[in-house]
Amino acid sequence: MPPLVVLADQIEKSFGTTHALRGVSIAVPEGEILGVLGPNGAGKTTLVRILSTLTKPDAGRAEVAGFDVLHHPHEVRSRIGLTGQYAALDELLTGRENLEMIGRLYRLSKADAKRRTSELLERFRLTDAATRIVKTYSGGMRRRLDLAASTSAAPPVLFLDEPTTGLPPRSRLAMWALIEELVAGGTTLLLTTQYLEEADQLADNIAVIDQGQVIARGTAAELKRQVGGERIELTLPAGSDLAAAARILIAQGGHEPQIDQEHWQVTAPIDATPGLTTTIAAELHAIGIQLDAAALLRPTLDDVFLTLTGHVATSEDESTPEAA
Amino acid sequence: MSSVTIDTPSVVAARSAAPTRSGFGSWFTDTAVLVKRNILHIIRTPELLLDVTIQPIMFVLLFRFVFGGAIAIQGTSYVNFLMAGIFVQTIAFAMLWSGVLLANDLQKGLIDRFRSLPMKSWTVLAARTTTDLFRSMLAITIMIAVGLAVGFRPDATLVGWAGAIGILLLFGFALAWIGITLGMTVRTPEAATGAIFIFVFPLTFASSAFVPTETMPSWLATFTEHQPITLVINTVRAWMLGRPAGGDAWAALFWSVGILVVFFPLALIMYRKRTTD
Repeated sequence: MPPLVVLADQIEKSFGTTHALRGVSIAVPEGEILGVLGPNGAGKTTLVRILSTLTKPDAGRAEVAGFDVLHHPHEVRSRIGLTGQYAALDELLTGRENLEMIGRLYRLSKADAKRRTSELLERFRLTDAATRIVKTYSGGMRRRLDLAASTSAAPPVLFLDEPTTGLPPRSRLAMWALIEELVAGGTTLLLTTQYLEEADQLADNIAVIDQGQVIARGTAAELKRQVGGERIELTLPAGSDLAAAARILIAQGGHEPQIDQEHWQVTAPIDATPGLTTTIAAELHAIGIQLDAAALLRPTLDDVFLTLTGHVATSEDESTPEAA
Repeated sequence: MSSVTIDTPSVVAARSAAPTRSGFGSWFTDTAVLVKRNILHIIRTPELLLDVTIQPIMFVLLFRFVFGGAIAIQGTSYVNFLMAGIFVQTIAFAMLWSGVLLANDLQKGLIDRFRSLPMKSWTVLAARTTTDLFRSMLAITIMIAVGLAVGFRPDATLVGWAGAIGILLLFGFALAWIGITLGMTVRTPEAATGAIFIFVFPLTFASSAFVPTETMPSWLATFTEHQPITLVINTVRAWMLGRPAGGDAWAALFWSVGILVVFFPLALIMYRKRTTD
């Protein structure tokens, strides 16, 4: 088992009467990606700020790269990269100047900072914009530059706090590709997100956090299993014999089919095997029933969240304000 | 393969450099890097220099020509008397301004980035005050040039000049920490600006900056003669005009160091308080 690089043990933090974190424990082994998933206000940012030494916990213990965040913040800081929710860049400096400055502050020599900056601009596809001041950058470019800045010193641990919140879908996909590239190099990553899809896409393990507590953890697959496996949904022409279709589903391994008279649908949990829908279509055809549509439904993390918390994750909100 | 590996030579250098470079050397480098950043800001927003360029020129010209004829000074010309006052007033404003500029910086996410980096928290403050010392030096240069053009005839030795500029910058540096304490205490940069005006205007006008203190009512003269701005002005004035400054010089030095001793730690505490949650 690889060593734990990020460790939080029963972290508590309150702001006045607001309990942001109520005993959160997480552990990320070396080289893994933990997705911390939760809606706005769940405590994700507070957790990242504590792990990156920006905020002191009220109780609990946190270690990053083998150092206690309270007692050795300096040691922690030289081993982490942080990309906060709002792009932490100097608006009046150019992209290149920003990266060189951060590189120097990570204690790279002048020559190394220059060399590293050129590499990063290239990798994050910002070479063309390198001499423009950041004020003129688009949201997606800012996020890329911010991420580049965080990786200036190639830190072994990276914290990304909602790296794609507020980005248009295309920029989001570009960020995902960059993040995947980064961690392919062995970086340990803790990523927070309110996008269920994002955690599913990027994270090895997911901790679902709600109102300052971890309410579930596991791989995306494990979490999905908690709300049941796959289901098949058959849509038939109006007037079809739904009961007959249900019997066919049972014969194919479906459990307790649900019949929806209104939409002329039959659904049932089922273990999807290759060719399953083709077989079902053929059997229906044999008893004279046409199939309008057959869909295999995999539970989304949205379903997971709903099952776990009883309320919908108020995410997917494109209007989330960008950094002012 | 399109995937990019992270371990390039400069990265390896970064990893091995991180633990070894610490202490004074790295603090100095960090400060220099941030001073460079502040100077780039000034280059890109030249209006940040108004308070150390146009404003002092305006004051020199207005006081020289509006009041100069009406105010008679024993033993020297009004402009010779005036310049020390303008110097101190300008430096006081410029250095207290540090707090506003810092408060402005704090409104942005960048400060979180700085705090997550392996540098001392007060490096940001050191860079801010150092930059403002450079701004002050620019202001002094401009004021000397404008003063000379309108009849300022200093009579200082090289030592006198060094002493006068030295005490100006030391006093200004001390005021910067008051400015930062103020900037970190009030909630917005606008409020900090207001507070600075309320602080500096009475203190510079109720001083020996523009008129001799003898004509003031005795209660005011007593205050005026003992407050630090007067003491610094008297010292700068004496040295620039080639006279001995006497006890005022020691008092000015005492005040400058005293302010530093009190406000340096206070500014640091307020900054930490403001940036930690």
